[in-house]
This record gives sequence, structure tokens and C-alpha cells, in this order.
Amino acid sequence: MMTMSGSAKISLKNVSKSFGNKTVLNNLSLDIAEGESVVVIGGSGTGKSVMLKCILGLLEPEAGEIFIEGQQLVGARPSVREKALRKTGMLFQYAALFDSLPVWENVAFGLIQAHGMERGAAKHIAIEKLALVGLGADMAHQSPAELSIGMQKRVGLARAIATDPEIIFFDEPTTGLDPIMGDVIDNLIRDCTKHLGASTLTISHDMESAQKIADKIALIYKGSVVWIGPADEIDHCGNPYVEQFVRGDINGPIELDILKP
Amino acid sequence: MEWNFLAAIGRVALQFMRSVGHLSLFTVQSFKHIVLPPFYLRLFLKQLMFIGYYSLPVVGMTALFTGMVLALQIYVGSSRFNAESAVATIVVIGLTRELAPVLSGLMVAGRVGAAIAAEIGTMRVTEQIDALVTLSTNPYKYLVAPRILAGMITLPMLVLVGDIIGVSGGYLVATESLGFNASGYIKNTFDYLEARDVISGLIKASVFGGLITLMGCYHGFNSSGGAQGVGRATTNAVVSSFILILISDYFLTVLLLK
Repeated sequence: MMTMSGSAKISLKNVSKSFGNKTVLNNLSLDIAEGESVVVIGGSGTGKSVMLKCILGLLEPEAGEIFIEGQQLVGARPSVREKALRKTGMLFQYAALFDSLPVWENVAFGLIQAHGMERGAAKHIAIEKLALVGLGADMAHQSPAELSIGMQKRVGLARAIATDPEIIFFDEPTTGLDPIMGDVIDNLIRDCTKHLGASTLTISHDMESAQKIADKIALIYKGSVVWIGPADEIDHCGNPYVEQFVRGDINGPIELDILKP
Repeated sequence: MEWNFLAAIGRVALQFMRSVGHLSLFTVQSFKHIVLPPFYLRLFLKQLMFIGYYSLPVVGMTALFTGMVLALQIYVGSSRFNAESAVATIVVIGLTRELAPVLSGLMVAGRVGAAIAAEIGTMRVTEQIDALVTLSTNPYKYLVAPRILAGMITLPMLVLVGDIIGVSGGYLVATESLGFNASGYIKNTFDYLEARDVISGLIKASVFGGLITLMGCYHGFNSSGGAQGVGRATTNAVVSSFILILISDYFLTVLLLK
């Protein structure tokens, strides 16, 4: 069982992943320290979601190593991976709530299934977590399909923090939300993660959201990290890739997969 | 031109082999999680209700009218050589050995196989299966194993009920419209019926139940491409279940006749 030393909560070392001839992750390396919030930004198709799926074990990289709390996960047995994932929470882009279960069971799912908690106790905690994200106990018995996308995201956030995880992943947390609801979600993410002291990895296109929730921001381009630095330095970092991305300019070193007019 | 033709055949053959390999691995994983703990009893009971109890009306109707029409048709044929007394025996053997398991299998494939593929397919394209993984829950164990086990257990039960209803349908037609004596018909039904007639039908039903739920889970699990992908998975689940039921029926019959 391979482990690594060092203080990084999550560590990716030279991770590569291809689909056919298309290389999506190209020797990508990234470290996230304990209690640190890192936001990964980048254009569509640059490998952000693939990176997250590789960390979560949903995709297997062809090369490289991924460590969670020093535990190597690439090629690890399913039981090792499941044990590592018990320390994590995840908010999906469209919440990915189980529509066959009521809201409270969605939130309590990890407590019941992964931690073996009794259903009554898990329901009690689920209602507490729903309150943390601003949802009342009356929501507990509703079906996810009855909720707005903003409410679904909040339930997804409650599910992500239900087990008090040490690591939380956020996949495009503000996508599809109006600016006010996006701000609500950003504040909830910041408050919840500070409250838990968790390390977080967020994928986002939204620069405003990224600056609000990040300690560090990393820019991915063509499957590699081309810049990483403190969130407050992003506006004057001098990196041409970052500057183009922040400005939203079509001209610059970032090549787009579109035909120029 | 000739080269392109060979390349096309090669591509199809490779694709077929890839699919067979993929399905084999899926089947091994699924059955591994049926026998290894933890077991999700609540989900298993839910599937027993969905696959078994809620399929009773459709299986019952199918069996009833199959038994009725079988009695009529066999009467027409057997009366041509004065063998009307064989109607009860042929109805019960035809139903228990062949028609009840196959027709129940086809009806359940249409109802349950499609529903499983649509539900799991939607879970796949909306990232709910990924969410299961992130919540340290094995999707084979949580989604696939309870459905396959429930399918293998409930379909024989449905077929047993179908046998009884089908024979009753034949009895009704024979006594009410073909003029058979009630006690004579019942005597002929049971005199020549052997336990292995019923048991072979139940064995077939269990295999069909496993195939239907396996196909539903497999196609749902591997669906992609949004609503269109889920629709394709549903169609593939039903069509492949139908074909596998009919093919395996022949081989099971050969095997069980030995």
C-alpha cells in the first residue's frame, strides 16, 4: 500500500488521461494543503472535470499518481478507494440528487450507507445540515423534483457536508444560477467549509465566484496547470494565459476550438 | 472496395467481441455483489414488490387468455382425430413447460426491463451513479444486485401464478363453451402432469428473470448522451431481453429434456 509524506491533503503527480487520440490531462500536478480552498479554472474541454473524476475514481488515469491524505488511489483496490472517499464530500454541477429518495434521505445517504448510522439519527443530522444551508425541516420530506435548481444545489451542498468531510469537491457550483443565488451558494460554500475546516477543490468558470471562495486559483490549459497562485494575485499575475482568461479575450495564447470569423 | 468490405466486417466483429466482453465483466461484477455483503434488504424488498407484485395483473391477464385460446385451438386440432380428451393435458403441459414462462418473461421484459433501463439510464446521465460512488456506495451492489436477485426470485413465482390462472382459463373455456365435463377435465389435467413439467418452467422463469433484469441494468448503466441515450438504452434492454429469452428458451428446453 503506497503512501506519500508531506502535508498535502490532495496531491496529483504527473496525471495523464486520454480518450482515443485526444489527450485531456497531460502530466498534470496539483497540491491542496490542509484547510486550503483551491479553485481550478479553465475553458471548456481543458480537462477540469476529467481531473475531478480521476480523483474520485470515476475515471482511471493512464499515468501519474493521486494521493488523498497520503494514500495513493491510482490502481488501488476498491475498498481502499471507498475508505478514502468516506473522508470526502462532493457537490455536483446539477446536484445529482437521487430522485427516488426524499430530500432528507439524500442528505443522510452517506451517513446511512457509508457510515452505517441508524436512520433516525441520520435524519436528525440531515435536518440540521439542511438548516445550515437555509432550508427548513418542512423540506425534508419533499422530492428533489419539486425543488428549484437553487434549492437542489443547496440540498446537494447539505449532502456534501453531511458527514463532516475533511475534503469537499465542488463541480461548477454556480452554473445555471442567477447572480443572487450564485452569491448565496458561494457564501454557503465559504461558511460551511470554514466551519468544517475542510480542504476544498472547486471547478469553475465563474471568476467572481472563484475569487470569493478560493485561497488559491489554478488555471488549466490543455490538460496542464499553467498558473497557480493566491486568489488576490490573479488580476496582476502577469501570466498571459491567466490575463486572457480573466479578460475573456479571444486574442492571446489560449487557442479556441472554434472557427474564427 | 473489397478491402473496405473486409474492414467493415472486422469492425463489426471487434465491436461484437468488445460488447460480449463488456457484458461478461458486468455480469461477473453483478453476481459477485449478489453474494458478497453488505446486502440492501430494503431495496431488495422494494424490487420484489415492483417486479413481482406489480407485474401480477399483466402476467395474470396474459396467462388467462393464453390458457383460454390454447384450449380452443387444441380442441380444434384434436377433434380432427377424435383426441378431445387430450385437451386438458396439452393445455397444462404447454402452459407449465413453455407458454407461461416465455410469455410471462416477454411481458415482464416489456414492463420491468424497460423501466429498469430508463431509471438507471437517467441516473447515469444525471450523474446520480457518480454521486453513489462519491458517497462510498458501490452502484453494482446498490442498483444492480437487488434487481437481478429480485428478478430471479419473482419471475418463477409469477409463472406459478400464471400456470394456475392459465389452466383455469382453459378449464373455463373447456367446460363453459366446449362442453367438457368439469371433473373429467380436472382429472385429465392432473393425471398426466409431472412435477418436472412445472419445475422446468420455473427454472426457465428464474433464468429469464435474471436475463431481463441484467439487460435492463446493463443497458441503463452504460447509457450516455442524454434523453436520446436513455431512450436507446430502454429499447436495447427490451429488444435484447426478448431475443435472449427466445434463444435461451431453446437451449434450456434441450437441457431440461435430458
